[in-house]
Amino acid sequence: MKHLPNKGLCLLVLAILLNILFFACTDKRKTNVSQGTKNQILHMGNGTEPQDLDPHIVTGVPEHNIISALMEGLVSEDPKDLSPRPGMAESWSISKDRMTYTFKIRKDARWSNGDQLTSDDFVFSWRRILSPSLACEYAYMMHYLKNAKKFNKDEITDFSKVGVKAIDSHTLQVTLESPTPFFLSILSHFSTFPVHRQTIERFGAIDKRGTKWTRPGNHVGNGPFILKRWELNKIIVVEKNQLYWDAQKVRLNGINFYPVENQSTEERMFRSGQLHITSTLSSEKIAVYKEKSPELLKIVPYLGTYYYLFNTLKKPFDDPDVRMALAMSIDRKKIVEKITKGGQIPAFSFTPPDTAGYTPKANIPFDIKGAKELLSKAGYPDGKGFPPAEILYNTSEGHRKTAVVIQQMWKNALNIDVTLVNQDWKVYLNSRKTKDFHIARAGWIGDYADPNTFLDMFVTGGGNNHSGWSDAVYDDLIEKASKTVSREKRFELFQEAEKILLNQVPIIPIYIYTNSSLIYPDVKGRHPNILDHHPYKYIFLSSED
Amino acid sequence: MFKFIFKRILTAVPVLLAVVTVTFFLIRSAPGGPFDSEKTVSPEILENLNIHYRLNDPLYLQYLDYLKNLLKGDFGPSFKYPGRTVNEMIFSGLPITFELGLYALLTAMAFGIISGVFAALKPNTLQDYVPMSFAMAGICMPSFLLGPLLVLIFGIWLNWLPVSGWGDAQGDKILPTITLGASYAAYIARLTRTGMIEIMSMDFIRMARAKGLSEPIIVIRHALKGGILPVVSFLGPATAGLLAGSFVIETIFQIPGLGRFYVQAAFNRDYTMIMGATIFFSALIIIFNLISDVITVWLNPKLKHEIFKGA
Repeated sequence: MKHLPNKGLCLLVLAILLNILFFACTDKRKTNVSQGTKNQILHMGNGTEPQDLDPHIVTGVPEHNIISALMEGLVSEDPKDLSPRPGMAESWSISKDRMTYTFKIRKDARWSNGDQLTSDDFVFSWRRILSPSLACEYAYMMHYLKNAKKFNKDEITDFSKVGVKAIDSHTLQVTLESPTPFFLSILSHFSTFPVHRQTIERFGAIDKRGTKWTRPGNHVGNGPFILKRWELNKIIVVEKNQLYWDAQKVRLNGINFYPVENQSTEERMFRSGQLHITSTLSSEKIAVYKEKSPELLKIVPYLGTYYYLFNTLKKPFDDPDVRMALAMSIDRKKIVEKITKGGQIPAFSFTPPDTAGYTPKANIPFDIKGAKELLSKAGYPDGKGFPPAEILYNTSEGHRKTAVVIQQMWKNALNIDVTLVNQDWKVYLNSRKTKDFHIARAGWIGDYADPNTFLDMFVTGGGNNHSGWSDAVYDDLIEKASKTVSREKRFELFQEAEKILLNQVPIIPIYIYTNSSLIYPDVKGRHPNILDHHPYKYIFLSSED
Repeated sequence: MFKFIFKRILTAVPVLLAVVTVTFFLIRSAPGGPFDSEKTVSPEILENLNIHYRLNDPLYLQYLDYLKNLLKGDFGPSFKYPGRTVNEMIFSGLPITFELGLYALLTAMAFGIISGVFAALKPNTLQDYVPMSFAMAGICMPSFLLGPLLVLIFGIWLNWLPVSGWGDAQGDKILPTITLGASYAAYIARLTRTGMIEIMSMDFIRMARAKGLSEPIIVIRHALKGGILPVVSFLGPATAGLLAGSFVIETIFQIPGLGRFYVQAAFNRDYTMIMGATIFFSALIIIFNLISDVITVWLNPKLKHEIFKGA
């Protein structure tokens, strides 16, 4: 009894020492990356926990990354330039007026449970996404179909009036509202993917949200992989689907998706060999990797624009001269070089350059002298009498830094004072929606590679046009473009529209986003592109060069 | 004693009801709703979403409905994760948060009490200064600094331990446990030291020494019971704090616990998830405070006397 405490203490110390010794001796643990490369298992950081895996419910990028492994639409994407490639449809023909598409569904298309996939599956699925009570946020992707918008808004209830029809079990006919040149690229968006009818109905009705059909064991898909495991906030595991029509091309045996929200945690996981790919990289780390291991760092332009938004209904921002003066006095190059540091491209127009071959010709010049003149023309010579104004941004260190620099640039160039206001994400969104702001930071990521996804948002009353700006000629040009078949003519119309947008400046484009991530060289067959889409069937792992 | 416990449980009911009510109306008065996103949802879709989640009903009806379901133990569906119920999410994260909290608490107690006792035996000597300096550093060092620091040293430089995960690889529970437990170990060490110094100067200890008992026996048999009383009353709030405060650790180490859900839910305006987690944590805090009070009363004869007289 007398010696017990000492004995206990000795044992404890011994245990700790042994433990440390044990871990010290098990040298260099096997990493996910080395093991994964050997077994063709890709380990991917995937941002946030996916909301769900139902393609007709979800909206985010992490969800896209997983769904595109589990399911496939009528067309798939070329891994390099994302142009349409055969998917569930082995071929298609387009009518002369470009209003009718006829798809041949491949005979060897199967669901992961062995069922044959037919054109009826598409009719069912598209009816599902357009069902008003399902409340699919991406339903507008299907509004290009004839009468689809009306059905979605509950103005008609007869689905046979909507422009999708199964001619026979392997022929699908699609009729559009107007010739939509980017329609095929929309078909590789996950919201148009088919779902397995029996599975959906087994777990609920066609328009029932949030059923358990997407859980492992229940999930039936048609993509190159099948869902094996889904542990909340931890991991999603998919395995190769042997029934996939193009299975012999798929070289990966599986993918592990990790929902890692914290950028630093993700970077540490990458460094210790737990991940092949990170979903992102913080701007502070970009500089470090650029210097120390540039071979691991990938920076790729992204189909998105970071911009500032004016509330054109509030004085003095109802005056285009004031807006232009502010837009002209921002040194965008300085912002991307000193603040964001992720290789972003200074934006002098709204649509990112080379969006499906379209590069805007109009631009906002960086011209402080001209800006000063415009401001005095508007009645505020040397900033005198300029009313107090605020820049609104959602709470984030990056947005704050950018806002501080812009505040300073306006002070130096135009001698006007603006104050900074930051709000929590949801509060900020609410302020934007209710137009309770002067100038707000904003970002727009294109849904598909076409200038339309950028320019049609500023039409009068557009759901995402929070500027209050409206221009009849602009609306007309966008409307005309949607009905124009010729690519050159369409792009001309977009050029004209963009010119109006940049003359009227309801928005100030600041930079084109980039995607920064870390990737081990083992990952092959993954090509950089503006949508950051990487069809998994072309990816493989190899430690050889 | 039972009467004392029963009374405490009874008073917990109105406390919980107040928590439910205040949280319910507070989160709904915060600007921005669960379905706001960068890409604005069309009015028709929003309307249908509101119908689906019954957000169009008058607020008092929603509140009454919520209470009704709550009595049945149903926290409702998550707004952010359409296929999940709040119950499912809480019970998927809870065991992990509990396990992490338990390991951290045990580690904190082991290290804290031992170093506190050692320090108290020879106050104001090296044996006191060394552990107490560590304790001070432990209290001052926030976990969001300590965590990455430990990961850097043991996970990346030395490559001894995994940098993240929970129960996936050998030894991946060690770093999160130490990170979470460190500051509590430090508090416990300081509390133990104070308590022990006070006790060691008391008459009954002098009496024991006079009887010729050995120092270890005096410490363990006689002094410790009274000396760790401040620690015991600290354990209630500490346990609750460990559970609720695990958010940072769960984020740093990529652990699928409840803390991460809780914080994300607030940002997402996931009304039902915020409610569920708040109610759950409140109940836990109440329970752990009760347990720690019961143990304090049981260990402290003075208090026992007062309570029974009062009851």
